Amino acid sequence: MRIGVFVCHCGSNIAGTVDCEKVAAAAKDFPDVVYSDDTMYACSEPGQQGIIEAVKEHKLTGVVVASCSPRMHEPTFRRAVERAGLNKYMFEMANIREHVSWVGKDKELNTNKAIDLVMIAAEKLRRDKPLISKKFDINKRVLIIGGGVAGIQAALDCADGGLEVVLVEKTTSIGGKMAKLDKTFPTVDCSSCVLGPKMVDVAQNPNITLHTYSEIEEVGGYVGNFEIKVKKKATFVDWEKCTGCGLCMEKCPSKKSFDYFNEGIGTTTAINIPFPQAIPKKAKIDADFCRKFTKGKCGVCAKICPTKAIDFEMKDEIITENVGAIITATGYDLFDFKKYAEYGAGKYPDVITSMQYERLMSASGPTTGHIKRPSDGKEPKNIVFIQCVGSRDKSVNRPYCSGFCCMYTAKQAILTKDHIPDSQSYVFYMDIRSPGKSYDEFVRRGIEEYGTEYIRGRVAMVYPVGDKLIVRGADTLAGSQVEVEADLVVLAVGAESAVGAPQLAETLRISYDTYGFYMESHPKLKPVETNTAGVYLAGACQGPKDIPASVGQGSAAAAKVLALFSKDQLESDPQTALVNAARCIGCYKCVETCPFGAIKEIEDRFGNAKAEVIETICQGCGLCSVTCPQSAIQLQHFTDNQILSEVKALCPSMMEKS
Amino acid sequence: MTTQMTIPYYPGCSGKGTSKEYDLSTLGICEALGVDLVEIPDWNCCGSTPAHTVNHVLSCALSARNLALVSKMGFNEVTTPCPSCLTNLKVAEHKMHKESFRAETNALLDIPYEDDVEAKSVLQILYENVGTEAVAARVKKPLEGLRVACYYGCIMNRPPEVMDFDDPEHPMAMDHLMEALGAEVIPYPLKVECCGASYGITRRDIVSKLSGKLLEVAESLGVDAVVTACPLCQMNLDMRQSQINTDNGTNYNIPVFYFTQLMAKAFDLSYRIQGLNKLIVSPKTALARIGKVVEKPVEKVTEEAAEK
Amino acid sequence: MLLSNKKEVVSGMNTYKIASVDAAFTAEVEERSGQIMSQCYQCGNCTAGCPYTFAYDIPVNQIMRLIQLGQRDTVLKCRSLWLCATCQSCTTRCPNNIDVAGVMDHLRHMAREQGYATEKNVKIFVDTFLESVEKYGRVFEMGLMTNYVKKTGRFWTDMDLAPKVLPKGKLPFKPHPIQGRGKIAEIFKRFREGQRK
Repeated sequence: MRIGVFVCHCGSNIAGTVDCEKVAAAAKDFPDVVYSDDTMYACSEPGQQGIIEAVKEHKLTGVVVASCSPRMHEPTFRRAVERAGLNKYMFEMANIREHVSWVGKDKELNTNKAIDLVMIAAEKLRRDKPLISKKFDINKRVLIIGGGVAGIQAALDCADGGLEVVLVEKTTSIGGKMAKLDKTFPTVDCSSCVLGPKMVDVAQNPNITLHTYSEIEEVGGYVGNFEIKVKKKATFVDWEKCTGCGLCMEKCPSKKSFDYFNEGIGTTTAINIPFPQAIPKKAKIDADFCRKFTKGKCGVCAKICPTKAIDFEMKDEIITENVGAIITATGYDLFDFKKYAEYGAGKYPDVITSMQYERLMSASGPTTGHIKRPSDGKEPKNIVFIQCVGSRDKSVNRPYCSGFCCMYTAKQAILTKDHIPDSQSYVFYMDIRSPGKSYDEFVRRGIEEYGTEYIRGRVAMVYPVGDKLIVRGADTLAGSQVEVEADLVVLAVGAESAVGAPQLAETLRISYDTYGFYMESHPKLKPVETNTAGVYLAGACQGPKDIPASVGQGSAAAAKVLALFSKDQLESDPQTALVNAARCIGCYKCVETCPFGAIKEIEDRFGNAKAEVIETICQGCGLCSVTCPQSAIQLQHFTDNQILSEVKALCPSMMEKS
Repeated sequence: MTTQMTIPYYPGCSGKGTSKEYDLSTLGICEALGVDLVEIPDWNCCGSTPAHTVNHVLSCALSARNLALVSKMGFNEVTTPCPSCLTNLKVAEHKMHKESFRAETNALLDIPYEDDVEAKSVLQILYENVGTEAVAARVKKPLEGLRVACYYGCIMNRPPEVMDFDDPEHPMAMDHLMEALGAEVIPYPLKVECCGASYGITRRDIVSKLSGKLLEVAESLGVDAVVTACPLCQMNLDMRQSQINTDNGTNYNIPVFYFTQLMAKAFDLSYRIQGLNKLIVSPKTALARIGKVVEKPVEKVTEEAAEK
Repeated sequence: MLLSNKKEVVSGMNTYKIASVDAAFTAEVEERSGQIMSQCYQCGNCTAGCPYTFAYDIPVNQIMRLIQLGQRDTVLKCRSLWLCATCQSCTTRCPNNIDVAGVMDHLRHMAREQGYATEKNVKIFVDTFLESVEKYGRVFEMGLMTNYVKKTGRFWTDMDLAPKVLPKGKLPFKPHPIQGRGKIAEIFKRFREGQRK
């Protein structure tokens, strides 16, 4: 074998703490290495060209690049090697940046470690075999999880691109958080007027299959061919028959059911359609409040329903959908404001969340758009908004900025003045974060034209005296304590990951951060990809986002899926498990351990039990090879021999002893 | 029904002086509930706020001596009625988990403290070990008709990492105990606000302002009395109520009980144990309300209206 | 420790030379209190909740800021240090989990050590209290009052309360010394010896 080694400086990223020339010189002495050099940027155009020319000039049969994490540039160099006429798996990467130069300061030690890493990469390369990818068909259907504005946008763009879309939504209607908002910043246009038509488009698009009140139960398969089990939860109403006439809501005697859509401001009936513009406009029974379920008798809705749609016996149902790609757009939830006991949240009825306030301002809300405070229905005159409730607060484990609260608070204060002209709004803030287009101008307009009083400081406590709420805060600019007598206190609650987000991530086999937000594949360059092929992200499931950013990501994820589906076939990764039939004893421990169902039980021509790997399903995780008692099943490109030779290269003396 | 437990008791200096009635009523009700309080022999002052404002090792040494005495008695728990003593005991306990600090502190002591004692307030013992049910069962003369505001003071529950009992913003233990006695507890929003502490002597204006605020809100709620668990709070609100009135131009006349006194009253224990004659603001009018059925037609109507 | 420069202490118009901050002061406060001053982002929650803000010359959030800026003299001379009652409002509610009340306590220790006492009566009260503890092992309330009045000359302190309180028999005229009071005096003695080292 003729190996070429290329040691990358990465500007000063590597060369700053690693002597790259010395590493390249040392590599010359390794077995089979016939060429070695250092290069400023291996990934750059001249860098790649240098590799290609060296392969040709020195008749190299394998290449080692010592540079950054394979996460970033392994595909780049594999392509370069392929262009040079080699099999792209005759390539190894030594990570001397993340594993060396960025983590150590001692140049001599770093250089030695880099030499070691290059050495083991070369040892592995000596045992690499050319691998050929298999092709397989793509199922050009896409699953979108979450029917908020990001999911809606992704669904419409995919459907417009001619794809079949399956949209799964947890609640009974699509629309998400945006459907609850009264107006949007900074244009103050009506949220449901903008979103409503898009929701209708989803319902009417023949390419979109909508499963609401449904959740993802299981995800099997791999990019191009996922098999999804969807749980359609029992609504106790046959939606084939339900016309959304609303008669049941008029007659339902259980009128004090929790109103989820209105955030618990006001109540609803046990059988209900969450809001007038709901898509689909179908009724569901809330079994926690329905008298038929809690007391065993009632059934008024069943009696009066003109289409006889009520079915108290309905059970959850599991259906299967086969798709080639998945976009998760599961959004966010709001911080539980009750954790701020010092603000009397959850204790004093006139201390409410910003989302509850949206419902109080919304024409479709419980007060038909008249701002009335919950305790006594009076119109508030002094309204205090408190920012950063569950944001930038380490003491409640929410150190991050939710990003959009400054803007929605500015909007709410402006709208308050529109609703109640003789009102005065006060905003307690730490910093005003308004970096979007026309955002800061909007905040300034609130202050200058609408008279919103901004007070720079946090609030320590809220307590009632008579029918007022005393808000005690600080004005750090004036260097003093301040008190405001408020009629209503609105807490600008921050965003947190959606309930159940980590569990869904486990099901989808994607990563999530400490707070439950999903991890993108690269923070700059792959914002809507995940580390699992074929699974994409859109909207606030990745981190708090406002509407334009969420919509942008919905479209971006759709574009990614359309690009993926622009081919008819995908190449499978050939770094899969392979059974050595001669050693296999047919114990099938591998079949039991494979998380992907990629190994099947066969008989050889003598009728002996053997295992066989289905290459297009195998994800190359290697679980089977460590399970196999005979070492008969080996992960190609990561065989036991290769790994042992790496260890041996690194610590020869110890290997000899054992 | 009665709890049988024995626990070392740290009365605190004021228990032998200005809060004698707190000490006596605490001992009385605990005996009635089967809690045997054994006073720590030869206990010393915890140093209160002055000690920790001067030096933490000195402050902790004063408390650690008492903790070590508890350990010597063969116990690993101690209770005190006073939140200031409690804070010092708990802070000492807390800080002395750290070995280096413990060594430094023990160097000032004859008997070293071995990090093996936990301090709890009498309120916590009554709430957690005895429980409101046992308290209710012991009541002979329910306090029905008495409207009270429960005031915990600033350090009974704060900071929560050290005090480790009840909610730091809206504590409820005393509220529940008073309800068990049959009293009507009016939610008091300033439960944990500071009364002005020991500045009554050095900066009377501070106490007049802060305790004045506490009384103002209590009065606005229409309560008959304020119930406290802290000798300093009680002294500021009761003994200094006349000063507060003078300084603020008010004329509050709100009796301020220790919660243990009201328990003794409801248990119908002796007058000596109740110690009501020790209060400066006369509780007579307030106590006269006990047993009188209060008509509340107005509230009932609104409740029904809400139902509709 | 003459306090003639009291006014200067109150002044909020000093020009702080940012480039020449006393970093050692910041470091000392961090070392003593175990708190990391850079974690304070000046939200003002401590000042918002502090019941004593009205009596302070420098609000507590500004004290935190001045520590960050290494302003040793301004901080140690400020009257607020002596007026903090350690009510724990700031510590309990700090969004960055800073033990603000603890920092104030340590600042008081430092102020004392360096001879500052900008609320003289508070210092006299504290000293008198601890003298009582040292002498008797417990606080003798009546004695404490008498000695405080003697030292401050504020003979009118709480005179109005005497006729109301004395008949209640709650204020013994004699101390209740403990048997081990020598042991308590010993604690103080060892403490002072340790301080001198």
